[in-house]
Amino acid sequence: MARRATSGLLFQGSDWNFATLSRAYDAIEQVALEEMGLSVYPNQLEIITSEQMLDAYSSVGMPLMYQHWSFGKRFAYEEHHYRKGHRGLAYELVINSNPCITYLMEENTMAMQALVTAHAAFGHNHFFKNNYLFRQWTDAGAILSYMDFAKKYVMKCEERHGNAAVEAILDSAHALMDQGVFRYRRPPRLSSEKVRERARERLEYEEQTYSDLWRTLPQVAENRDPAEAERDASERKKVLNLPEENLLYFLEKHSLILEPWQRELLRIVRVIAQYFYPQRQTKVMNEGCATFVHYTIINRLYDQGRIGEGHMLELLQSHSNVVFQPDFDDRRYPGINPYALGFAMMQDIQRIATEPTAEDRDWFPSFAGNGDWMETLRDAWANHRDESFILQYLSPAVMRRFRLFHLQDRSSDRFVEVASIHDERGYSAVRSALANSYDVGANQPDIQVMDVDLLGDRQLRLQHNVKRGILLDEGSRDATLRHIRHLWGYEVSLAGVDAQTGRTVYECSTAKKPE
Amino acid sequence: MPNFIDRRLNPKDKSLGNRQRFLKRAREELKRVIKDQVKSDRIIDVDAAHGVPMPTDGATEPTFQPSRGSGERNYVLPGNKEFSAGDRLPKPEAGGGGGGKGRPGTGESDDDFQFILSREEVLDLFFEDLELPDMVKLSLKETVTFKPRRAGFATAGTPTNINVGRTMRNSFGRRLALHRPKEKELIAIADEIAQLEAEPEVSAKDRLRLKELRSELERIEKKRRRIPYVDPVDIRFNRFEQQPLPNANAVMFCLMDVSASMGEREKDLAKRFFVLLHLFLKRRYERIDIVFIRHTDEAREVDEETFFYSTQSGGTIVSTALEEMIRIVEDRYPSQIWNIYAAQASDGDNIIGDSEHCAALLREKLTKLCQYYAYVEIIDERETEIFGSTDNGTALWRAYRTVDGEKSNFQMTRIAKPADIYPVFRRLFARQPATRTRK
Repeated sequence: MARRATSGLLFQGSDWNFATLSRAYDAIEQVALEEMGLSVYPNQLEIITSEQMLDAYSSVGMPLMYQHWSFGKRFAYEEHHYRKGHRGLAYELVINSNPCITYLMEENTMAMQALVTAHAAFGHNHFFKNNYLFRQWTDAGAILSYMDFAKKYVMKCEERHGNAAVEAILDSAHALMDQGVFRYRRPPRLSSEKVRERARERLEYEEQTYSDLWRTLPQVAENRDPAEAERDASERKKVLNLPEENLLYFLEKHSLILEPWQRELLRIVRVIAQYFYPQRQTKVMNEGCATFVHYTIINRLYDQGRIGEGHMLELLQSHSNVVFQPDFDDRRYPGINPYALGFAMMQDIQRIATEPTAEDRDWFPSFAGNGDWMETLRDAWANHRDESFILQYLSPAVMRRFRLFHLQDRSSDRFVEVASIHDERGYSAVRSALANSYDVGANQPDIQVMDVDLLGDRQLRLQHNVKRGILLDEGSRDATLRHIRHLWGYEVSLAGVDAQTGRTVYECSTAKKPE
Repeated sequence: MPNFIDRRLNPKDKSLGNRQRFLKRAREELKRVIKDQVKSDRIIDVDAAHGVPMPTDGATEPTFQPSRGSGERNYVLPGNKEFSAGDRLPKPEAGGGGGGKGRPGTGESDDDFQFILSREEVLDLFFEDLELPDMVKLSLKETVTFKPRRAGFATAGTPTNINVGRTMRNSFGRRLALHRPKEKELIAIADEIAQLEAEPEVSAKDRLRLKELRSELERIEKKRRRIPYVDPVDIRFNRFEQQPLPNANAVMFCLMDVSASMGEREKDLAKRFFVLLHLFLKRRYERIDIVFIRHTDEAREVDEETFFYSTQSGGTIVSTALEEMIRIVEDRYPSQIWNIYAAQASDGDNIIGDSEHCAALLREKLTKLCQYYAYVEIIDERETEIFGSTDNGTALWRAYRTVDGEKSNFQMTRIAKPADIYPVFRRLFARQPATRTRK
């Protein structure tokens, strides 16, 4: 470090221009690709104003989005907090697309632009491109053209059917967004624009050639006995592929009342929900990865003498703000900071790989002391989500540093119990409890379509698998059921069944008031 | 080298459409909130941006949410200081947040969330179903300003209005149809004649030819004279029509009694009423003048500051204010050009014998000059019960009462507390003048 030259600085002062941005980008790219071995989508960096950042916030971070009042509500909310100074805007926003789009705020200083470029354009970008969840569940190349289609399609529907009709469908679909993803089976890939175009043409053809005569054909008379009804039911379940966890998918395919355009709207909402599902499962890893990458890169550039000391101080101050973790009894405590936890774990992996202690060798025999920390990290980034990452890589050292403890809260007790803490006996328990809390699938209510009597009263039967006795909030539950009824067209009932005992805990329906 | 794109110059307000959708959705609730706010104490603030709590009724987005008080939960928290495994801690009070519990629900942060409506949005919601009384609109149509507007072509008019293009088009068509000889033909024949005449030897054949040509030339010249290049029938003039314009000028007279009997409370109430009226008129007229007249036992036109804030004492002669107003109208605001509105606020005190004079002035002159005249009497809260809406009351009230029955553009009402102002205002300007209560 004594050899550090002072002439090779990438930038001086705090103002940026496109020349310095580009110079910094090239230097960062060199470190990222050649020294860290990252593999990224081509980058597209866009400079935006704070107002545009608020816009992007409210449309769930997508550059293109259809219009809906809930985005207006979110915008008002974000704007309020921003104007009041409750919270600053993010320095950047990055979109999982190919090319990878990164928004840089114009207010950032040059040093911050460099940090943000390293963070988003290389950290997040590498994660999007390599993590197995994103590779399997999202199609970065197709999402922008799909959003373009979605926006235009919604607009077209509004023209043809009126704002209110479209809004009603979107409201109901938004209510089911959490239940609109495939968790267990692999999703079908986003079909290409051409295939969708063909499907739409077919639809339009059907609309044009529709003949009312077919409706007047006499129905085959039904003669039913109980055994046959039983057989029917199992047949039906097979045909409808029940039980079905993806409520939006089920309604889109099997709802009895929806028009083709309404089904297409459900599909749009479902595709967007599915697109964001991997991001929800990898918060800690995604942010940890990006933070680790920017930290490594700016330190490397500093060592090379390409970032001045003043700028380095600014960057370190910003970095430590990002990874600040208040204690649980602190007024500022908002939950565990995913940046802090992810960054700490990844730094710890680096330490274990290069200078392990005896304890690390016991806990992580597979990579302790292997020396190649970058390879270990790349492997972790590619093959894990938050839950499995924490379960495998959270070390006792990090648990001690965060002083993590596990609290158990049973609604029947008048107290909460400290189940385990960061000590020899508690490490495993704390670790698996923390990992569980990041399992999005397990923490969301598990609601599935069980049965539907298409020939009888057409009631849609849903089942809520009640885990650990956690019920649903009744007000929002009933309101959401009404939305399902709106999409289904007939009554909807929901039964809560305890996952362990199989006992029915509650039942409610849109037909009558639940007791 | 990455792809840099500068988006800063892209159109702003990408989410404006979303905002409007949201406002429409929450319209009823926002309206109620604004009215409550204004009713409570802040009429002056109507003319500004407003913070309103996030609407909850129309704008909820329900999803399946785990209920808080059920089942078994596990939390992992950082920053242990003194706990060891097996410790039991009392549960924090519901909603206590902070210690022990997990992250606060999103519901909590929504409570203190204020949603900012711009001034225009506030006024839209605030005055939504108010309208100037119908008779005022009628008289608006009769107003007398005209603006010339192009309306086709005419065959008569002043030379300055000649439409050259049209005229020449007609002339060209006429010349074609009547086969007016062209200048070129004329020149050709004239040239030939000149050529023949120039020749020294003139043969008989040539002489004949020359004769033919001369008569031909004469025929052509005659025809050209008969069929002129531009004939009066070709001429077209631009036609202008006088388009009546609705009169967009308004003047509002604010008349207030500032005698000793009007305390701070009374003046404050009167001021709120005037502010509201001012705002309302401002939205309906492009330009509005305001004239402030205050009176004790003599009336004077003053500026806004003096009108509302400075004090003066003395007796009360209401008719002086009315006379001052009539004088100013005759002087500066001829009623055929201006829409005149007047609002008078008083506590009803008047010198003995003057009230009848006021009523006469009102009946004979002012109601004829004004589009609308409102009298607001500010009374003590305790008096509300005594007077209510009966005809009893001060001398001025009783005198005005007689006018109220006769003139449809005169309204009178009583205000006792700030909360009354907005309802009273709404009653005065409700869309259906027929619904006006006359008990």
